[in-house]
Amino acid sequence: MTTATQALDIARIRQDFPRLNAPFHGKPVIYLDSAVSSLTPKPVVDRLTLYQTLEHTNVHRGVSTLSQEATDRFEEAREKVRAFINAPTAAQVIWTRGATESVNLVAQTFGRAQVKAGDEILLSAMEHHSNIVPWQLLAEEKGAKIKVIPMTDAGELILDDLESLLTERTRILGVTHVSNVLGTINPIKEIIARAHARNVPVLVDGAQGAPHLKVDVTDLDADFYVFSGHKMSGPTGIGVLYGRRELLEAMPPWHGGGSMILSVTWEKTTFCGLPTKFEAGTPAIAQAIGLGAAIDYLQALGLERIAAHEHDLLAYASERCAAIPGLRIIGQAKHKASVLSFVLEDIHPHDIGSILDHEGIVVRAGHHCAQPVMQRLGIPATTRASFSYFNTREEIDALVSGILKVQEIFK
Amino acid sequence: MTDPRELYQEVIIEHNKKPRNYGDLEPCTHHAHGLNPLCGDDIVLKVVVADGIVQDIRFLGQGCAISKASSSLMTVNVKGKPLAEAELMVEQFRAMIRGTLDTAVDPNILGKLSLFQSVKNLPSRVKCAVLPWATLHSALHGEEIVSTE
Repeated sequence: MTTATQALDIARIRQDFPRLNAPFHGKPVIYLDSAVSSLTPKPVVDRLTLYQTLEHTNVHRGVSTLSQEATDRFEEAREKVRAFINAPTAAQVIWTRGATESVNLVAQTFGRAQVKAGDEILLSAMEHHSNIVPWQLLAEEKGAKIKVIPMTDAGELILDDLESLLTERTRILGVTHVSNVLGTINPIKEIIARAHARNVPVLVDGAQGAPHLKVDVTDLDADFYVFSGHKMSGPTGIGVLYGRRELLEAMPPWHGGGSMILSVTWEKTTFCGLPTKFEAGTPAIAQAIGLGAAIDYLQALGLERIAAHEHDLLAYASERCAAIPGLRIIGQAKHKASVLSFVLEDIHPHDIGSILDHEGIVVRAGHHCAQPVMQRLGIPATTRASFSYFNTREEIDALVSGILKVQEIFK
Repeated sequence: MTDPRELYQEVIIEHNKKPRNYGDLEPCTHHAHGLNPLCGDDIVLKVVVADGIVQDIRFLGQGCAISKASSSLMTVNVKGKPLAEAELMVEQFRAMIRGTLDTAVDPNILGKLSLFQSVKNLPSRVKCAVLPWATLHSALHGEEIVSTE
């Protein structure tokens, strides 16, 4: 163990998660499913409650002190996100419902304006459906073509031929920072630099990146970076679209409605500047403030200490699982986040998931909204354990015992 | 579920390993494709009906032990039966999984299929057990694709 790991007081952190101490099938729950959605720590829940009980009214409306204070809290949360990802300005942080909505926003505004018949959209072989389907809808509408950066059996992108995939017709490259199935951490900075050399903008799906890695959109030189609050200890229903300023300014609005206008007449409506242009209607105020509280919580723990602890758990789990006869780890990239997918003999992941569930162990079983990854690897589904800063080595021991029990039942 | 073994009984494990009536069936008189898009269970069911009798039935596809064993045991139980009886089995199997038919108390023709009764205590797996039966129902009623979502 590293010094950074010892610095995280796991026992104390676990007290912030009532779910970990509540009964589950009469056993202590072992939550190894943070990649599907993270548990919400109590300080974040308390912040949501405080806002909703005492501070709530609408934002950016009226002259009441209450409205002004709600607006201040809401905008402070935006500033926290800005600092968290090192964006140049808070105006480039757009609130959305989540990473999925952020991708759809870009596809329906930037994409619709830029992509014409015969153009190409380049994606990677390890994308989540949320970074595939919005582009397919656009490609279908425009008569454009989707091309795919291939990957190895180990789950690493094959970038040797990236330049030949980036053609004169490529209008955008969409790539995930961290694969939700394989755990692969992609060399995003290098990919962005190579795409920029061909004048192709890059959208990074950071849904699994933001919870585990220090994200610096300025250093990465990302054109768009999207993520969700609920995968990083925040509430559901809130997410972020970061965009390069000139791109965001050139993009038309997406949803129309209140808030996003400067003036409306029957003849003509003029729109607000950033970020409000993309935030029609009453936003998810409590959730935005909750995401700000989640960022405070993660930063108080220390992003480096979190990363070190999760890395230790991944290394330990990989070693213990690899020693189980008949178990094959899916995703053997050199650089991985704390996601461990596996297949076990020919036992279907849903059966594994049900039996582990009975043991109090929560994992994800299925195609993880990444069916093309399953097709590429020739497997119908995997079982996936994902580790967070509150997990322990003892919980991984319990996972291993659970897997052995599955084998026993299926013997 | 009190214990996973209540559901994962030997018969189910055995049918999962060696599914009966597994394979293609051509020519057939009825067929349907059953999907659980959420979990990826996927079966193709082909049936030969003549003189009002299920003369032959086979399935192909992939899925969990529950869906595979359910498919296998379904084919064994409906093969050779009059159509009306097969339809009644579909109805009773669904009722059993819904919890409205208790095989220990209520009259039924499910026989060995009552093994699946404990699936009703495992809501996340209900659709796995029901998929082949929903697919059979669709095949017999001329619907080509069925989803249990």
